[in-house]
Amino acid sequence: MSEYVVEMLNITKEFPGIKANDNISLQLKKGEVHALLGENGAGKSTLMSVLFGLYQPESGTIKKNDEIVKINNPNDANALKIGMVHQHFKLVEVFSVLDNIILGVEPNKLGVLDRKSARKKIVALSERYGLRVEPDALIEDISVGMQQRVEILKMLYRDNEILIFDEPTAVLTPQEIKELILIMRELTSEGKSILFITHKLNEIMEVANRCTVLRKGKCIGTVEVDHTSIEELSRMMVGRDIRFTIDKADVAPGEIVFKAENVTVASKIHKNNAVKNVSFEVRAGEIVCLAGIEGNGQSELIYALTGIEKMADGKLTLCGIDISRASIRSRSKLGISHIPEDRHKYGLVLDYSLAKNMVLERYWEPAFQKSGFIREFEVRKYADQLISQYDVRSGQGADTIVRSMSGGNQQKAILAREIDKNPNLLVAIQPTRGLDIGAIEYIHSQLIAQRDSGKAVLLVSLELDEVMNISDRILVMFEGEIVGEFDPKETTVEQIGLYMAGAKRNTPRTGSSDTSHTKKQDRRDEIS
Amino acid sequence: MRKRLNKIIHSHGFASFLASVASIGIGLIFGFVLLLCFKSSQSITGLGHLLFAGFSTPEKFAKVLYQAAPLIMTGLSVGFAFKTGLFNIGAVGQYIIGTFFALYAGIILQCPWWAAMLAAMLGGAIWGAIPGLCKAFFNVNEVITSIMFNWIGLFTVNLMIPNLPAILDKGVSNRTANLDATNASAIIPKWGLDKLLGSTYMNISILLSILIAVIIFIILNKTTFGYELKACGLNKNASIYAGISAKRNIVLSMVIAGGLSGLGGGIYYLSGTAQFTITKILPAMGFNGIPVALLAASNPVGTIFSALFISYIQVGGEAMQPEFAKEIVDIIIAVIIYLSAFSLLMKGLIMRILNWKRAKRLAAESEEVTK
Repeated sequence: MSEYVVEMLNITKEFPGIKANDNISLQLKKGEVHALLGENGAGKSTLMSVLFGLYQPESGTIKKNDEIVKINNPNDANALKIGMVHQHFKLVEVFSVLDNIILGVEPNKLGVLDRKSARKKIVALSERYGLRVEPDALIEDISVGMQQRVEILKMLYRDNEILIFDEPTAVLTPQEIKELILIMRELTSEGKSILFITHKLNEIMEVANRCTVLRKGKCIGTVEVDHTSIEELSRMMVGRDIRFTIDKADVAPGEIVFKAENVTVASKIHKNNAVKNVSFEVRAGEIVCLAGIEGNGQSELIYALTGIEKMADGKLTLCGIDISRASIRSRSKLGISHIPEDRHKYGLVLDYSLAKNMVLERYWEPAFQKSGFIREFEVRKYADQLISQYDVRSGQGADTIVRSMSGGNQQKAILAREIDKNPNLLVAIQPTRGLDIGAIEYIHSQLIAQRDSGKAVLLVSLELDEVMNISDRILVMFEGEIVGEFDPKETTVEQIGLYMAGAKRNTPRTGSSDTSHTKKQDRRDEIS
Repeated sequence: MRKRLNKIIHSHGFASFLASVASIGIGLIFGFVLLLCFKSSQSITGLGHLLFAGFSTPEKFAKVLYQAAPLIMTGLSVGFAFKTGLFNIGAVGQYIIGTFFALYAGIILQCPWWAAMLAAMLGGAIWGAIPGLCKAFFNVNEVITSIMFNWIGLFTVNLMIPNLPAILDKGVSNRTANLDATNASAIIPKWGLDKLLGSTYMNISILLSILIAVIIFIILNKTTFGYELKACGLNKNASIYAGISAKRNIVLSMVIAGGLSGLGGGIYYLSGTAQFTITKILPAMGFNGIPVALLAASNPVGTIFSALFISYIQVGGEAMQPEFAKEIVDIIIAVIIYLSAFSLLMKGLIMRILNWKRAKRLAAESEEVTK
């Protein structure tokens, strides 16, 4: 018997217009963490979907313990003890943790659901691997980190030996990532084998034993992590050298472009205000970054600025014009561009073509319509121009249905659209979330280019590295208030972390603030 | 040429068409099995009637066209709302109100036919606007409101007609007057089509509804208005983000959908052959808009064909009587329509077969190259 538990040999998988996997081989040793590295659209998820039985490859074989196996669907994969945690969790929101874990393999006594024995097994598993969960909490009430632990428990409950993690850290906070890495070590020490899809190099360096790199559907190679460096891995992934520090010339900020005064926004999930009496300004030629842990009012503040949500109180001024009550479209006309937090929910009409998405906010302009009829030729021409200018890659060019594009290219399309509007103020919420290094580098350089050309940029980010690297001024938000203002050159990540956690503040407390939690929040804090 | 043909074969449109045809075929086979069960001795002739009656005489064919016209309108109505992400189950109510407005304008106000049609459209539009407004401003589910408005519409008309002596036929209190006798100018012109097909049913209504279907197709696919409507239907949040007023579009979409259904009522009852009779049952013409739209995958041009098909089957069903009871005929027609709605499932299957064939061909070609 060979040392490999799973071997995928010469796998080729094609989609219309693209070879997602081209003759890729991957061998997984027992008890190792094997990282699968590649840019968005390199074919990582496709390869794993083949292993999990979601896709059938055009050619190639899969071996489990030296035997050739055919995996037609996830049930086959499950029978072979292969489990997968998808990037977007597959959980029933209104079911409890316990019910989600046993879903599909419910233990029963004479047809009556036997939750008791299930609970025993789950509690034992969660203690053994340090997977803290609350069996009776509903999925919709628990944190993303715990939802992920539920997904892991789902695999363990089914006695899976081979665990596939599809970009597990994309949705986690730094603390949760640390915890996940510990869990992964625990799992491998118990003899499980892990396939870890990611594009975060430092995580690979920290946890993986070996790493296979894919680029544009081809296998570039497999390396021992101990004998390689971040630089080498990134070169293998992108095909060129990557700059890890960003060159940023000093630019003296110009006039005030945007000013928020005493902005208060009511929360949709609890009775308190999500944003409490926040005031700040953004000048021409500077990048102001709103840092903070997710859910401290950043999203609500941005929705209020762009007009998606109503302010309860406060005043917004853009280039001297009061826009507090202006509609979304007139704010857009006055020069606010918005790269939204959730590109699928807000940024794109996924079932429209790329060309149609490129004019989502401009289709009504005379350049693109004539007496109510869309000038399709002009729309296409404009889209083609943006596609080539911003290097948006897709299967069928401007006609591609956006749903079929990779996340990085979807984001690039939004970026192209928003920057090309030539805004006065560019608002970007987590513009690099879930993207690979190449795309992140590109987006950062574009944001800085906007700043250098004298635009005001307001960036919301959860990644402290990003915050420190590209901003000119940092505002830390905690529980709906701005609790600190920093110059990135004169502060440290640790310092900002203290403010993000609410341990410190350097701005005056405003009278209207109310820091008491609601019940739901309390519960969330308790269990996560 | 061959390349072009291939391109057509591999397009989604072609697969949709093929899927519709295939599911209609399955529906017919199932219908035939039912015929065998009910009355095997008559089953072959029964199926013959069902399949060919529509083409048997020009008069029958005229009836197919005559019934298809209002079906196209209600089908367009449902399909149009679908495109905006709304389920307009209220086509029936809008159809009835449209009918009443048309007859009121034609008989009492003595309007010419085109004015009566506009009145029908207005009536339907008002009836569509109410669920639209409730949905947009109070987030009340349009399905519930429009179902309620079907009944409110029906019984309002039932209440109005006996209380408007001028609209009634002589000597009865539950049927509207014959247009021929009261206002011949309110009858939709025939342009000689009646003589061509030898049927008093025939008028230009089918041409009108085809024209409207094409206009709706253009609105949806070529205009900024259609762009907004579809964006709202596909992703409401993204359209709000883009500054499109979702509320306005929901209301407008329901107004237009209502107008189309109303027009359907007008088209049917301004033909001069039909007289509206008070009924406690919602007319099938309105509900059948739903299968018409589903069968056409909400495509306005497809709606023309699916409405013709359903109308054709209904004329065939009438020809099966009296050998088969009306109820049995209705069951068979319902089964055929029901199975026709499987076209989506069929489409997936057909796409898979086509792709598999293409993959095989490509593999064969590449093998040849390597040789």
